[in-house]
Amino acid sequence: MKAEIMALGEKSIIITLGDDIDEQTHNRVVHLLAELEGHKLQGVIEYVPAYCTITIHYDPWHIWKWARSNNMQLSSPRVWLQKQLEAIIEPYIEGKNEESSDSRGRIVEIPVCYGGSYGPDLVDVARHNELTPEEVIAIHSSGTYLVHMLGFAPGFPYLGGMNKAIAMPRKAIPRASIEAGSVGIAGAQTGIYPISTPGGWRIIGRTPLKLFHPEFEIPTLIETGDRIKFIPITHEQFASIGELHWT
Amino acid sequence: MLATIQDRGRFGYQKYGVNVNGAMDEGSARVANLLVGNPEDAAVLELTLSGAALRFTEDHLIAICGANMSPMMDQASLPMWQPIIVKKGSILTFASYVSGCRVYVAMAGGIRVPLVLGSSSTNMRGQLGGFNGRSLHSGDMLEVGHVDEASRSARLWKRLQQSRGPAFNAKLFAMAPEEQVTIRFIPGPEYELLTADSKQKWLNGTWRIDAQSDRMGYRLHGEMLELEGSKEMISEGTVHGLIQLPANGQPIVLLSDRQTTGGYPRIAFVAAVDIPMFGQLKPGDAIRFVPVTIDEAEHLLLEYEQDMAMLKAAMMLKCSGA
Repeated sequence: MKAEIMALGEKSIIITLGDDIDEQTHNRVVHLLAELEGHKLQGVIEYVPAYCTITIHYDPWHIWKWARSNNMQLSSPRVWLQKQLEAIIEPYIEGKNEESSDSRGRIVEIPVCYGGSYGPDLVDVARHNELTPEEVIAIHSSGTYLVHMLGFAPGFPYLGGMNKAIAMPRKAIPRASIEAGSVGIAGAQTGIYPISTPGGWRIIGRTPLKLFHPEFEIPTLIETGDRIKFIPITHEQFASIGELHWT
Repeated sequence: MLATIQDRGRFGYQKYGVNVNGAMDEGSARVANLLVGNPEDAAVLELTLSGAALRFTEDHLIAICGANMSPMMDQASLPMWQPIIVKKGSILTFASYVSGCRVYVAMAGGIRVPLVLGSSSTNMRGQLGGFNGRSLHSGDMLEVGHVDEASRSARLWKRLQQSRGPAFNAKLFAMAPEEQVTIRFIPGPEYELLTADSKQKWLNGTWRIDAQSDRMGYRLHGEMLELEGSKEMISEGTVHGLIQLPANGQPIVLLSDRQTTGGYPRIAFVAAVDIPMFGQLKPGDAIRFVPVTIDEAEHLLLEYEQDMAMLKAAMMLKCSGA
């Protein structure tokens, strides 16, 4: 099992924990992320987890000043930080942390109203896969999806685990605007749009939940490491949940 | 014309997919703030290309840094890179384009907008932060923070009112793009995968800023670059100043409004000290790239921060009220 450290320019460092998008690598990422966040390393601004990596953004000037005020001889903030990180990830190179099949194990249920005006592409996805719309809904809502990472847009989850039986390529011409809460399919991936944005995903439904709350310290309903289940709801339920949630 | 409120950026939320944003020419924004006695990360106005007209409804202490757009006030030209007092009712305009692309206006007390996730920066795509999450339109009223009697800004203001002589300036920090700008870069993880021919093109070619460039990223127009073989990339955290190479062979420099994650080959990183220059480059401008080692780039950055710290210390003295 690998754990590599590499500089990305003079203000960021990346730790790579695997070469494939899979749950084992994901667990290592989540586990190391928690550990790193506990260390409060000088100069670190933030950690950004992804499928196989954690990117560390830091402030070299902060480390430089901190070292100077502590009478430490420092040739390079980058070399110093890299050394600290190496000590922390050592057990990961040895493979000692393989057993922690942890994840926080949180399951987040996302109610989705499939089809109709909320899911204008549901029929196309069904036809493309020679299924009925009901079958697409059944397959999509029977899975449990791992949140590998957030990116692309505020609160946008990269989900793993979609059944390929309902896969469909992106639209050739993206829509100018996709409503917040839209649930879509792009190739063998499924995802939710937390904010309104242009996009080419096949939209099969919409959730009334608000996924992005910039007024909260944790601004997203879904976090990296969560597992998601989609629960089919009716138009009426959509309206009543929406009211609850938005007021 | 694009006018937005920006500070040094929204940090700590990239793991939630929240973009950093912040001033494109961060150096100019920081200097403008220091010149009026503000903290470096106070909210400033960023005006892109043909400037706006600003009417002041109170007296203010301001500084204008960045692009030279011939700032004028009531028919008189205004100096840049130094603190100036503007009178209630006066109107700041920008008469003509001289150089650069983005001009920054800092005001003592800072521009007051509600902090969103710890920052005043405008995230236009996410419609959050800044002025109601959007760029400014004509007719918008901006609020400026109160300048406390005992604050550095107030002492500086008083000092400027008393002395009539020429004020100090921070022109040293001006970054005006010349005929052809040289950008220093650190080779990225996929740099060695460039074909020998592509490497020559990258190093010897002239690159033009494409018209399809914005705060998210600058597309570079030049000879097409190719990688040996194809490298399957998995999305990972992006970096300010990362130069990606998409399949069309035309590099993209990721800037303030970049996505938090991405998956294109990483051919280079702009040395951090040269990233603010992109804030002053506009479509059609020509640039060349020269390599530096990561150690050199780090050294340059520490030197730059040392200069900034000196300006800060000098401003503290000016504001000491002595």
